[in-house]
Amino acid sequence: MDHSVITVENLSKRYIIGHQRAPTDGVRHVIEAAVRSPFRWLRSRNQEKKAQREEFWALNDVSFDVKRGEVVGLIGGNGAGKSTILKILSRITEPTKGRIQLEGRSASLLEVGTGFHPELTGRENIFLNGAILGMSKEEIKRKFDEIVAFSEIEKFLDTPVKRYSSGMYVRLAFAVAAHLDPDILIVDEVLAVGDVTFQKKCLGKMQEAQARSRTVLFVSHNLSAVEAFCTRGIVLSKGRVVFDGPTKPAIQHYLDSLRGTRPPSYGDVIDLCAFGSRPDRYPPQLRTLRLYDETGRPLGGNLSAGAGMKATIHVELEQPAANVNAEISFLTLDGDRVCTASSAYEKCRDESRLSGSVVFRCEIPSLPLVAGDYKLNVGLYIGQTEADLVEDAARVAVSWSDYYGTGVAPMHGVFLLNNRWAVATAADMVLA
Amino acid sequence: MHQLTIEPGRAEHHYWKDLWKYRELFYFLAWRDLLVRYKQTLVGIAWAFLRPALTMMVLTVVFGKFAKLPAAGVPYPILVLCGMLPWQFFSTALAECGNSLVHNSSLVSKIYFPRLIVPASSVIVSLVDFMVSASILALVLLWYQYLPSAHIFFLPLFVGLAFAAAFGVGLWIAAFMVRYRDFRLIVPFMVQIGFYITPVAYLYREVVPEKFLLLYALNPMVGVIDGFRWCVLGGQHVLYWPAQAITVGWTVLLITTGIWYFRRVERTFADVI
Ligand SMILES: Nc1ncnc2c1ncn2[C@@H]1O[C@H](COP(=O)(O)OP(=O)(O)O)[C@@H](O)[C@H]1O
Ligand SMILES: [Mg+2]
Repeated sequence: MDHSVITVENLSKRYIIGHQRAPTDGVRHVIEAAVRSPFRWLRSRNQEKKAQREEFWALNDVSFDVKRGEVVGLIGGNGAGKSTILKILSRITEPTKGRIQLEGRSASLLEVGTGFHPELTGRENIFLNGAILGMSKEEIKRKFDEIVAFSEIEKFLDTPVKRYSSGMYVRLAFAVAAHLDPDILIVDEVLAVGDVTFQKKCLGKMQEAQARSRTVLFVSHNLSAVEAFCTRGIVLSKGRVVFDGPTKPAIQHYLDSLRGTRPPSYGDVIDLCAFGSRPDRYPPQLRTLRLYDETGRPLGGNLSAGAGMKATIHVELEQPAANVNAEISFLTLDGDRVCTASSAYEKCRDESRLSGSVVFRCEIPSLPLVAGDYKLNVGLYIGQTEADLVEDAARVAVSWSDYYGTGVAPMHGVFLLNNRWAVATAADMVLA
Repeated sequence: MHQLTIEPGRAEHHYWKDLWKYRELFYFLAWRDLLVRYKQTLVGIAWAFLRPALTMMVLTVVFGKFAKLPAAGVPYPILVLCGMLPWQFFSTALAECGNSLVHNSSLVSKIYFPRLIVPASSVIVSLVDFMVSASILALVLLWYQYLPSAHIFFLPLFVGLAFAAAFGVGLWIAAFMVRYRDFRLIVPFMVQIGFYITPVAYLYREVVPEKFLLLYALNPMVGVIDGFRWCVLGGQHVLYWPAQAITVGWTVLLITTGIWYFRRVERTFADVI
């Protein structure tokens, strides 16, 4: 049972950045320059290459091994190198140095619905996606009914997936992936989408796999999913392994390191441009977040339980767009989302096009949270798609207040529930 | 137990074995593209007929009637079709093949498979398109009651040649396009120039002076179209062997260097795409 199925030795990965993105690198420029003065071009090309090529080590001497049946969570901030490890393990990209030994068949799920084609029907996409994930036609045929049942979209099997709601789409995509039956399963951040019930179902399915002593390598931002599901945690930071051990201490290590690298902001005016935690693919459109108490005075990072607050979010839109929405979500320090305030929930204006500078004002009359620290994520949506996201943009320390007017302070859970009770002896109850 | 070692440069070792292992994905990708192509509308299929039919008419009128180019006693539309069908096959195959990796960039960056599958399956789609449009030739032959010679049985050979040539060029373009995106602007331009230096709408041996013939035949499609006309027109068209030799030479060269270059750069595709 304690046989290593994944052995990673001194793995390093170097990316060359900047070079291929340079504006002068288009073919037209290259040809133009080459034709105008060939010798100068040849000479300058070599120099340019050196100047523009910036090396970047996304992974630096990473070693670990995983035994059969282990479920390992890879934890780390954005850009830590988690996806890079998974991509190398999946053979999508080659390592620059080092060596990996895999024993058994592996399957990777790096994205939900890779290769789905909007014009094709659900049925056709099941076959296509199955083949893409490495199932044989026979295998897909055999599991077809199971996949359909799991996805709960029987009625829409012959509808092109472009007509699906995003929930249905995700369910179908997961259903196919959940029926992979490899010895080693590699999963990246895919649980970030889909509704909670369905996510639970998927985790359940993966746990089944674990019960059959499958090995799983799992990346998720959802630390409670990692905690519930993984038997071991590896913490990465800047391409290095900084912790490797049981899940709980691993998560603790990661949370501590977060505090260390950037003191959480309990301020009032938060510059959202400056955040490194933004996924690379997003241009920074969220600019500033301001937090006030219910009377309009700066919040100062403190809020008494049940009090209200106000926020303004300043956005610079890259392009004019319709259906723009901003949201603020509140999370526990473990990363569980408690609740979300979104302009999409409340039709605050007609769906006209917005452009340039836009300010969203949000008022929350009461935030009945149990005392403790909470993280705020700020997101921007255009239509259904996420256009910008700043995680842990600000922190709010919710302090105890006499919410119930009884002097009693709830310590458990995250939410203060309004409740009414009546107590009497059973005999009185009958009389009344 | 299935064992796998991942190391820098290691991908080379099991490349051809992997290619075979992933053949099902190859079928599926071709199947997907065909399905999408012929599913969206009826117009999709009609288009595969209509485009060559209309082009044939225009070329016949312009070159046959206005320019009065020699036809060596063959109905001009037949002559045009024998040039146009392989040319359209070649040019669309090359363009689709060239675009294929960029079109499938989400696959390339999210799953592993020998990347050669993507351009290869895209050429298959063009081949099916070609077969659909080739039925026009059958109709036109019927219309003119023109019985092709027995050489017609060699036709698949030349289709194969066009396929291989398109695949060879397409591989180079596909690999280039990943790194240099604006290469896609150059491809239509290449195709357009190619149309004029390829004997699509005329009998080149009647038009091109004898002493330039060999130079002209350096275009690999000259041999293919020459072969097509030989297959369909039979005795009236003599095979020009130098052009055949050059085309075969080109094709072998393009495919081998194409695969070589493609494989050299393919391991960085996922990083730069
Ligand atoms: N194809 C690429 N070219 C250049 N840099 C890249 C590429 N892919 C990832 N990187 C960089 O490598 C680092 C690690 O990325 P990644 O593994 O995706 O991190 P994460 O832990 O968030 O999944 C990031 O800083 C990212 O910008
Ligand atoms: Mg990632």
